Amino acid sequence: MKKKLYDLAHSRAGDKGNTLILSLIPYDEQDYNLLCEQVTAEKVKEHLKEIVEGHIIRYEVPNIAALQFTCHQALLGGVTTSLSIDTHGKSLSFALLEMEIDID
Amino acid sequence: MIRIGSGAGFSGDRLEAAVLLAENGNLDYLVLECLAERTIALAQKQKLNNPELGYDCLLEKRIEPLLPIISKNKVRLISNMGAANPVRAAEKVVEMANALGISIKVAAVIGDDVMAHIHAEERSLEGNLPLSSYGQLISANAYLGAEAILPALESGADIIITGRVADPSLFVAPMVHHFGWSFDDVDRIAQGTVIGHLLECGAQVCGGYFADPGKKDVPDFAHLGFPFADVNSDGSAVISKLEGSGGLISLSTVKEQLLYEVINPHEYITPDVVADFTTVGLKENAPNNIAVFGCKGKSKPIAYKVSVGYRAGFQGEGEISYAGSNALGRAMLAGDVLQERLKGEFKDLRIDYIGSTSVHRTNFGVSEEPYEIRLRVAGKADTPTKAVRVGEEVEALYTNGPAGGGGVRKYTNEVVGIVSILIPRRKINSAIILRESVPDEKKVI
Repeated sequence: MKKKLYDLAHSRAGDKGNTLILSLIPYDEQDYNLLCEQVTAEKVKEHLKEIVEGHIIRYEVPNIAALQFTCHQALLGGVTTSLSIDTHGKSLSFALLEMEIDID
Repeated sequence: MIRIGSGAGFSGDRLEAAVLLAENGNLDYLVLECLAERTIALAQKQKLNNPELGYDCLLEKRIEPLLPIISKNKVRLISNMGAANPVRAAEKVVEMANALGISIKVAAVIGDDVMAHIHAEERSLEGNLPLSSYGQLISANAYLGAEAILPALESGADIIITGRVADPSLFVAPMVHHFGWSFDDVDRIAQGTVIGHLLECGAQVCGGYFADPGKKDVPDFAHLGFPFADVNSDGSAVISKLEGSGGLISLSTVKEQLLYEVINPHEYITPDVVADFTTVGLKENAPNNIAVFGCKGKSKPIAYKVSVGYRAGFQGEGEISYAGSNALGRAMLAGDVLQERLKGEFKDLRIDYIGSTSVHRTNFGVSEEPYEIRLRVAGKADTPTKAVRVGEEVEALYTNGPAGGGGVRKYTNEVVGIVSILIPRRKINSAIILRESVPDEKKVI
């Protein structure tokens, strides 16, 4: 069955220039392996295709059971010159959490 | 062990949290981080207009209530509220102390302003383009490290005011000063950097920017406390907050903040060290009491990062609301009409439907018709006169647009852009300038 990431994990968005940074932290550390398996950089790129123009790098941080997605060219130029309402892209953590994954 | 509190996480942060921490926190140091990337460019603009200004515009409001408390409790204060004018900020603090009859020594840290050392043909890190191609340059500030703050701590200053300093370095400096760490002891400096990173955003490690009702509940959210760290000589630390304050410090809040704005968790680069955040260990000792340990580091980078501010034109914006049946349809008609009316004047016009797809630029296929929609249009121009045209055309929708539009607002703002370059360490000469209050004897407390 399908489940939204929102049900399993939380996220905070940060920005550096035109780069969007999204953490993905399971509520239950036991779900870390499932997220590693299901939430690949490719799948996140597909999910955020209307937002992220550049490539996405995924970092694994097993010590704290969390993933980090660094998304390039994602903020219409970045906080200082973007015409967007949310110039920092701060609300985009919840765009990631809209993604659905397959659960056995 | 030393205790370092974080009393502000950005220039507009709440004022009372720092007062409570300084009064009741048994702190050794209080750090106020108030300087965002663009703030210093705006401050530089202000200073060009008036050499007496260019420091944080909340300086007086934030520092005045703290002065009697930090003086009484012997808390040393470190802040980057100097922005583009740390010396004038230090003098302002001394003036306030004089007026309050408080005896105090203030150090300004200077040397981050490198405008005189940069060349307009240097290429930006972001786009590898010459700086001159972005627009008129207005500021260039290097991110100084903890080393620049150490002489101020050694001088015995009660208050240290800096301009641009890497945020975690504001916290690393008192640790290095107190414990006598060497900057070659990269693991301790890395561990200090993690602690600084966790504290630098104020309430963000205490449940601020975390709460999601029903999912991530934060108790007594309105009275959110600010964090402090008890740091040991080996660099390990415990993050906590005042007893009785609102908020939550948990593994979840600390994990969110640990990864916040970190481009590469293996290499968190500051002027002090390159820290590997993937080596950090966290442990919940008790509610609102989280141990942080184990971070490993590598030697500091050979160059400083410099933020360069430039004039990026003017942004004009206008908004109007539609509600009831076919609200989105009418808003979209208004959007199309504005596109047509403004296309000759703005090559890049942004049209957003607030309530539908404005914030995420998509709604992932959720197609429910919203009851109300706010149309928002934004465009950039070279002059304010041209930029204001966006709002004017939105306002004209009152009599020239779809039915039932209401609540027009229009704005025009100057845009200041930021790009980065690197500068060799040898080109930076930081220094301190000391000022002391000479309070009226009758009023001395």
